[in-house]
Amino acid sequence: MALRFCPDNEARFQALLPRYPNRRAALIPTLVLANREFGYLSREAMEYVASRLGLPESYVLNTATFYTLLRKHPVGRFHIQVCVNVSCYLRGADHLADHLKRVLGIGFGEVTPDGLFSLEGVQCLASCGTAPAIQVNDDYHEEMTPEKVDRLLDALRRQALGSGGDRPGTGGVP
Amino acid sequence: MSDDAVDSTRASGQPSGPFLLRCGPGEAILRLDDHLARGGFEPVRKALAMDPDAVTDEVKRASLRGRGGAGFPAGVKWGFIPKDSPKPKYLVVNADEGEPGTFKDRYFLERDPFPLLEGVIIASYAIRANVSYIYIRGEFVRQIGIVEDAIRQLYDRGFLGRNVLGTGFSLDVYVHPGAGAYICGEESALLESIEGKPGRPRNRPPFPAQVGLFGCPTIINNVETIACVPLVLRHGADAFLKMGVPGDGGPKIYCVSGHVKRPGLYEAPMGTNLKTLIYEYAGGTLGDRPILGVIPGGSSTPVLTADEIDVAMDFNSVRAKGSMLGSAATVVFTEGTCPVSVLVRITRFYAHESCGQCTPCREGTGWLERVVESIEHGTGRPGDCDLLLSAAGQILGNTICALGDAAAMPVQSFVTKFRADFERHIAEGRCPYSRA
Repeated sequence: MALRFCPDNEARFQALLPRYPNRRAALIPTLVLANREFGYLSREAMEYVASRLGLPESYVLNTATFYTLLRKHPVGRFHIQVCVNVSCYLRGADHLADHLKRVLGIGFGEVTPDGLFSLEGVQCLASCGTAPAIQVNDDYHEEMTPEKVDRLLDALRRQALGSGGDRPGTGGVP
Repeated sequence: MSDDAVDSTRASGQPSGPFLLRCGPGEAILRLDDHLARGGFEPVRKALAMDPDAVTDEVKRASLRGRGGAGFPAGVKWGFIPKDSPKPKYLVVNADEGEPGTFKDRYFLERDPFPLLEGVIIASYAIRANVSYIYIRGEFVRQIGIVEDAIRQLYDRGFLGRNVLGTGFSLDVYVHPGAGAYICGEESALLESIEGKPGRPRNRPPFPAQVGLFGCPTIINNVETIACVPLVLRHGADAFLKMGVPGDGGPKIYCVSGHVKRPGLYEAPMGTNLKTLIYEYAGGTLGDRPILGVIPGGSSTPVLTADEIDVAMDFNSVRAKGSMLGSAATVVFTEGTCPVSVLVRITRFYAHESCGQCTPCREGTGWLERVVESIEHGTGRPGDCDLLLSAAGQILGNTICALGDAAAMPVQSFVTKFRADFERHIAEGRCPYSRA
């Protein structure tokens, strides 16, 4: 099935174009949109972005592979990013990461079999004053403890049961 | 988070703060009317009634130095824009906040965007730019939404767009999202990123003021720097200068994290003593344990030991102590912390974030990471400390951008200042701090 933006993202895409003197500059915001809409940047998604912007596919691939938030693999519906950098480390990020790995039964870079959760160790989220921090899709959760993680996972599971329309979270929609 | 602004009232006749962290705990000013009710946009009106070059001169006289880490005087930078260039000029705001330990720019993006946007209008007017991009790191999804909403409010009320406030000056402001690359906080990499390319830093010269975004004259300033600009206009260059120390004007936001009782943001005059920040504002160390080390200005800045922290936190004073103010991101760790394990986090970060363009950095950061990790995991070999110092020395100064230096400096300082700890790891074949 050919990929295409939903009407909302199509409108966002069209609004991006006049912001720049050339179409190439709209590439990263467009990849961010595609990443969000399609869950990750498959080869097909990158080809779609290339065709929309009139850029060579190789050019899009070159840029897309440089940026960590532009995902090249599917993630869970709730993508949990754990900061492992110095300030969070000093406030117990390793314990938090171990706890998440244990209760979810997955390691960094993995997705739970039901597709609900994925886990990733990430670099500084700029939450050093409220460490340790995790980001789940678009939202930061700060001053985390294993107990708060358990409550959060319960809430996310309830949210998953209640509605079916959520997409995996990725980078920001401009 | 404790983010109480510290009252920086000083000599009589001086305006009293807080100037930057004006929102109380849990408060945010996201509606334009609330901002206007607090005297918002007076600095913009003042600036737009002046000659653009006079605005630049005022910022020069205020000695407003760049808050992104380098400390370059903002007004001097603006003055580098060629007067005779027929090309469009651009103002780019660096909101890619990514230096580990730094979380100050977030405050403006999520709780107080209007002073930042006032600064964008004033700075754009001064350098004669009609388009400005605010480059916000991609993780800040909510913050991007907040800033875009604030921009929309300004368009609706005539503060942005064609003919700003009837002055004939036109300005469009756009948010450009990052996508997860620390290197894009480096100003020339940031420009590459806006242009749709991988964020690989450019050789300089030419500097961005001559050949910047889309080949046009461009000024790149950090969020906090731009948020200071309205203060210069509101209070005047002299008063702004007096808020800091000679040659380094204004209030400063300090980020304090790690092993302190009250981590958070603290506004205090430029030049506030590091011990005051840690022991008074941040409430001292967890469990009142003695300090082992303090990273004063973000993870790239050389670590200070406990006997080196009696230092004024301004650009020149911290440099005199052999480190850097950087982004004023102070990370404290106390005795009982393994310094090798702290360095593991830092070397891993720079190895991960090296863009791969320059061989000394691409290869060297990997070596630093692997050797430091092997020491921490008990497989270090005699001579590894000298190997680290040698590898760091060969990166330093040999790369296009400062990421190589940023990776090398913490290694040099940790290995030099905590050498006995590194040697003990190697001699015992284990981390002596590990309880297992």
